[in-house]
Amino acid sequence: MTIAKKAVVWGLFAAGGTLTSFVYPALIVLFLLTSMGMVPANLQFDQFYAFASSWVGKLCLFVVLFLSLWHAAHRLRVVVHDFGIRQDKLVARAVYTVASLGTVLTAFYLLTI
Amino acid sequence: MSTRNLELEVMRYDPEKDEAPYFQKYTVPCPEEWVILDALNYVRDELDTTLAFRWSCHMMVCGSCGMMVNGEPSLTCKTFIRDLPDKVRIEPLENFPIERDLIVVFDDVIQKLHKVQPYIMRKDAPPEDKEFTQTPAQLMKFKQLTMCINCMCCYAACPQYGLDNNFIGPAALALAHRYNLDNRDQGKSERLDILADYDGVWECSFVGACSEVCPKHVDPAAALQQMKVDGAVEYWKQKLGMTGEKK
Repeated sequence: MTIAKKAVVWGLFAAGGTLTSFVYPALIVLFLLTSMGMVPANLQFDQFYAFASSWVGKLCLFVVLFLSLWHAAHRLRVVVHDFGIRQDKLVARAVYTVASLGTVLTAFYLLTI
Repeated sequence: MSTRNLELEVMRYDPEKDEAPYFQKYTVPCPEEWVILDALNYVRDELDTTLAFRWSCHMMVCGSCGMMVNGEPSLTCKTFIRDLPDKVRIEPLENFPIERDLIVVFDDVIQKLHKVQPYIMRKDAPPEDKEFTQTPAQLMKFKQLTMCINCMCCYAACPQYGLDNNFIGPAALALAHRYNLDNRDQGKSERLDILADYDGVWECSFVGACSEVCPKHVDPAAALQQMKVDGAVEYWKQKLGMTGEKK
């Protein structure tokens, strides 16, 4: 007996869940504010572009996006299971492929900024 | 004292005679302070001596009288008539094979309780003429988990166990966590190899029904989530060779 590899994806899921529960409510508020034309000064395009250009900014954005993707992927896998679709291997492969792809694309786009 | 007529729909099944389980109705005059177990005993004493069900203590200690009461896994000695409508349906605990009437076969869970090594494991010999000590604070870390009376209501509530009974399940995992948290125990790493294997904690999708139905407020769902963290940490420890043991 050994510890199952599920430990890895669950670890990412848990870390992502912890992070997103703090970050996403704030993002929703900011989204609503922005859509009503009240853009906070630090979120003006130039300011935010500068943030995303710095290595600290890139790292922050990468961690948030990477963990959110893996959290969402694992959550979706469990939801599908709970809805009665019993194709765990296939579902797992699909959602984690999307998460991996998203991770690679995130890194790529952040590096091009 | 007021008495109310309760209509009990009780599931009956004798595998040697019946092709399939069926419901039988009994009307029981119940004083309001009765619990469902009293009503069942009335049925057996006064109406139908063939009804089979388990019970022993009538005081939430023995864990024998778990049944489905209106679809919810409950200790019938704790389920008061006054909290129920006039019609009550009693079934054997969900997710288990029926032995007869309201009695189910627990063999599967008993095996699992053995499997998770629920005892103190030490790498060294016990101190001579002394016992391993434990402070009240160290005891408090896991005391809640020692309250389990093995009524198996959590297994009847668990949708994952219902889908796949290879899953070790709530009570056995919570019991294992009780030993993982015990300061006198040194077997956590060894135990996690079983608990965090494929049929272990990862099968839990944190529905939380086990904790909701637990008559002793053990909260197995919380124990399982804590064990997932332990399992994830232990995985990387083993991969990075930080356990100081095999692997």
